[in-house]
Amino acid sequence: MSGDLAFYGFAALTVLSAFYVVFSRNIVHAGFSLLFTLFGVAGLYAMLAADFLAATQVIVYIGGVLVLILFTVMMTRIPRRGAGGRGLDRFVPAGVFALLLFALLYKVITGTPWAEKAPVSADPTTARLGASFLTDFVFPFEFVSLILLAAMIGAAILIRDRRPAADDGAGGAAAPTGEEERS
Amino acid sequence: MNAGLEHFLTVGALLFGLGVFAVLTRRNAVGLLMGVELILNAANLNFAAFARYVEHGIDGQVLAAFVIVLAAAEAAVALAIVLAMFRNFGTVHVDAVDRLRR
Repeated sequence: MSGDLAFYGFAALTVLSAFYVVFSRNIVHAGFSLLFTLFGVAGLYAMLAADFLAATQVIVYIGGVLVLILFTVMMTRIPRRGAGGRGLDRFVPAGVFALLLFALLYKVITGTPWAEKAPVSADPTTARLGASFLTDFVFPFEFVSLILLAAMIGAAILIRDRRPAADDGAGGAAAPTGEEERS
Repeated sequence: MNAGLEHFLTVGALLFGLGVFAVLTRRNAVGLLMGVELILNAANLNFAAFARYVEHGIDGQVLAAFVIVLAAAEAAVALAIVLAMFRNFGTVHVDAVDRLRR
């Protein structure tokens, strides 16, 4: 069936590019690979009849978060020092831990008798989603806008360049000593 | 084989495992954030999948939308912190930023 083909296509796109995100040594390549992961997840949302989520995923994640990430990668790129950027000492335990975690999740997924209904109609859910936002979830909906405002102000304050203001000693002197300590 | 609930959950579990692995092994702060994004996407995929296979379920999609919003806020603040870190320490390696420990 074409639906299954689409599922396996999107799933393969998601998982393979996620592998590249995790294992790539070049952080720029990892960032661009994340694009395909997010796109694959958007496709999976569309297959789950979550059309609004799919559109939001493309707009917010690919159009917003990913651009931010790539900007930060470009702005903070440093010459590669030594080998790669990760050590084998944490590679192995982390791999074992992640594998065990996946094995546990997979066991739970396959072992649980889900009360799975036959897929309900694949109507667009945007209208129901909007009604839900403004009735049952109206408080979280308003609260999340407050969080967004706070995050915006917080990010702007964090990113502000304080160098000119910090010429009165304490703040300005701290940075150079840190540089010397490291080198 | 028909793609059902378990298939979507398996993809979610794979994404989650990969995200955890990235968070544990990456030393670049931005790469670490990419792992966090993978984890959030895995959780979101599970929300959407459960919403799909439950009768008249929409709550899962509502929660997934909230997660997307909060992930955007998190990314903005976290990347601002990474840039501030780069400005103050000249590096984005999380191991190098341990001045408080010394």
